[in-house]
Amino acid sequence: MKKLVTFLSSTLVAAAAIAAPQSFDFKDPKGVNNAVFKLDAPLEAINGSANGVSGTVSFDPANPGATKGKIVVATETLHVPNPTMKGHLHGSQWMDVAKYPELTFEAKELKNVKTTGDSTTADASGTLTIRGIAKDVTVPVKLTYLKDKLGARVPNMKGDLLVIRATFNVKRSDYGINPDAPVEKVSDDIDLSLSIAGASPKS
Amino acid sequence: MKRTIRTIALSIAVLATAAWIVMGANRGFTKTTVPKKIVDEVTGNEGVIYEDRFVPGVELLGAALLGAGALAGASFFVKNKTKIKA
Repeated sequence: MKKLVTFLSSTLVAAAAIAAPQSFDFKDPKGVNNAVFKLDAPLEAINGSANGVSGTVSFDPANPGATKGKIVVATETLHVPNPTMKGHLHGSQWMDVAKYPELTFEAKELKNVKTTGDSTTADASGTLTIRGIAKDVTVPVKLTYLKDKLGARVPNMKGDLLVIRATFNVKRSDYGINPDAPVEKVSDDIDLSLSIAGASPKS
Repeated sequence: MKRTIRTIALSIAVLATAAWIVMGANRGFTKTTVPKKIVDEVTGNEGVIYEDRFVPGVELLGAALLGAGALAGASFFVKNKTKIKA
């Protein structure tokens, strides 16, 4: 009887370990993780990116619909090729990086989940916080689970990778990003694109 | 004197235009960094890194051409030297 209880309990623990969601860390040692943004303007579109991505996402390969997590972008890493423009971008009217060092997206729920093989598409509902203004948004995301691929990316490490891609749009005026700038000079729409990979190391 | 000023103005215009073309003929604003795409072969993700490079924009070209034009215009207000007849 004692052996049976031990067997059952160890089986349950093993099953729980297999089914348990994995935690993926999105701080990228290779510096490829980035968020790209674009705003239309008359002479040329303002294109830039930020590579200061971090955060953790809880993902269960057996239940991708239960994915939750938080992605953080360090606003100090926002970059555009023109130095004057970059100064404005970091300044108090635009992103005010001194006062708001981070912008975040916290995914709380996935809807319309469709999984094919290792890829899952869904609408991630959560809270996007920019300049301290938090708004509920729904973002289409694609999750790709790459089992045992961490070693191919980071030598001498074992584990899995989770790739998240999302392309969506926010309004400058919704987040108080230089509301005085006329839309004829800089569009109100900001196109955002996120391509990030998180690692879940195994010992 | 007039001819010298106009030659300088023309040289500025030609050199500025040539430099603008050689350095990328950028029809946007001046850049001090240029984006370069990198691809993570494992994940397929595309990232952006920036290389330090000066690429003059149309505002610098415009300023140089405006300066050259102003210099050429100023030459009309310069009096020629009066030649003393022997």
